Amino acid sequence: MAYSDKVIDHYSNPRNVGTLDKSKKNVGTGLVGAPECGDVMRLQIEVDEATNVITDAKFKTFGCGSAIASSSLATEWLKGKSVDEALNIDNMEIVEELALPPVKIHCSVLAEDAIKAAINDYRVKNGLPELEAAKSHH
Amino acid sequence: MLKLPIYLDNNATTPMDPRVLEAMLPYFTEQFGNAASRNHPFGWQAEEAVDYAREQIAQLINCDPKEIIFTSGATESDNLAIKGVYEMYAQKGNHIITATTEHKAVLDTCKHLEKQGARVTYLQVNEEGLINLEELEAAMTPQTILVAIMYGNNEIGVLQNMRAISAIAKKHGALFFSDATQAVGKVPVDVIADGIDLMAFTGHKMYGPKGIGALYVRRKNPRVKVTAQMDGGGHERGMRSGTLNVPGIVGLGKACELARLEMESDTARISAMRDRLERELLTLEESYVNGSREHRLPHVTNISFKYVEGEGLMMGVKDLAVSSGSACTSASLEPSYVLKALGLSDDLAHSSLRFGLSRFTTDEQIDYAINHVKEAVTKLREMSPLWEMFKEGIDLNSIEWAEH
Repeated sequence: MAYSDKVIDHYSNPRNVGTLDKSKKNVGTGLVGAPECGDVMRLQIEVDEATNVITDAKFKTFGCGSAIASSSLATEWLKGKSVDEALNIDNMEIVEELALPPVKIHCSVLAEDAIKAAINDYRVKNGLPELEAAKSHH
Repeated sequence: MLKLPIYLDNNATTPMDPRVLEAMLPYFTEQFGNAASRNHPFGWQAEEAVDYAREQIAQLINCDPKEIIFTSGATESDNLAIKGVYEMYAQKGNHIITATTEHKAVLDTCKHLEKQGARVTYLQVNEEGLINLEELEAAMTPQTILVAIMYGNNEIGVLQNMRAISAIAKKHGALFFSDATQAVGKVPVDVIADGIDLMAFTGHKMYGPKGIGALYVRRKNPRVKVTAQMDGGGHERGMRSGTLNVPGIVGLGKACELARLEMESDTARISAMRDRLERELLTLEESYVNGSREHRLPHVTNISFKYVEGEGLMMGVKDLAVSSGSACTSASLEPSYVLKALGLSDDLAHSSLRFGLSRFTTDEQIDYAINHVKEAVTKLREMSPLWEMFKEGIDLNSIEWAEH
């Protein structure tokens, strides 16, 4: 399969690989996917509680190059956004940015799911109601 | 300078030996005759070349030159053997025994015959990739006409016990066919000692050309016949019509001669490199060799790297031409059925690489491959949440994974 230059770039030089302290109240963690399906993404955000801005984001992904690139890109986009803005990240924006082929769209869906799961985890930790399940692109 | 990518996919195909090409060249241009032309020297020369190749081949596998039927390759040989026996021996019975780890050319041929009334038993293999001989014996019936078990497996290199299997088939009056595509030219194959009645093999897995293969069909003890699958001029003792591919046959002959003369020294060198590659890669934690290491072809190793995803791994080892147990890049998401048959979970089957070495593989290439794979696996594990959980002692089966 031919990968786009952007996918290869994120795969070769992934941004923000790592782990945030999930016990902290201002860290939200999203773990999505399943090993048998060949993709597991863990995406974490650290939020400045005063401003509601995401100050740091980290990921670890078990998956193909497109899955790694989707989550790497997501962490780049998350940093500096408010939590509310982050909720608006749409998987199709990831598809466009990385020029993902149709068979790899699920990687972008997974990245969007991971963002929403991380935000929900942060919300629940901070006494906010869990958001409705994200609109489905599946 | 090392040329990249490095070719380590020699179970898919091998480069042709230049000596084979040299032997073939005159038969494209000057000596272009049809081996079936009996009336002029052009035909005689071609026939002589074909007869010489038959002898070269016969010497490698210890048979009579007349027992070699030329085909277009191993797939055709598999089809001709199985369908040909099924039709020829229909009066005796309709039962065929094979194994789940056979090549698709055997499995799909058997499935085809099932639609025509054949009864097929698919033997399971153990975690080493070997069939159980007691199960084979128990599956034999008076209607069993054919036992079809491969010599060496194309994905994991595991060698089945030819002599024990042929003895069981013989005891119950069934013929024994072996797809020896991966074995001929790599390990000593002796159709007499191994008790093989029909055997398929091909040129391009042993430094010969593509498009030429052969089917060994035993002529005595017992005399075996197969029904032709193509109608035509009655070439190859009526079993396979079609003008002979003289340059291809010359190439296959030469490849067999080289294999016979050089197998011992090639094997010593290649297996030493294979063992070094394997030993080094097994220093990575949670890496496993798939299939028997004892009963195995000398030039292949198949290794799974746990907690690394197959397609990501393939992308990480871009400087190597290898095969993966993951079919993600093809239309199907199913991992290798051979690895699944060994009892591997889907994720472990997906994260496997098959390394196939050749006569032309160098120590320098193996050094590079070792470092390249180690780097890729290490990097991907640092990026893998599953690896982190494993390192923290979390049981991955205890996690409720989100559906997607």
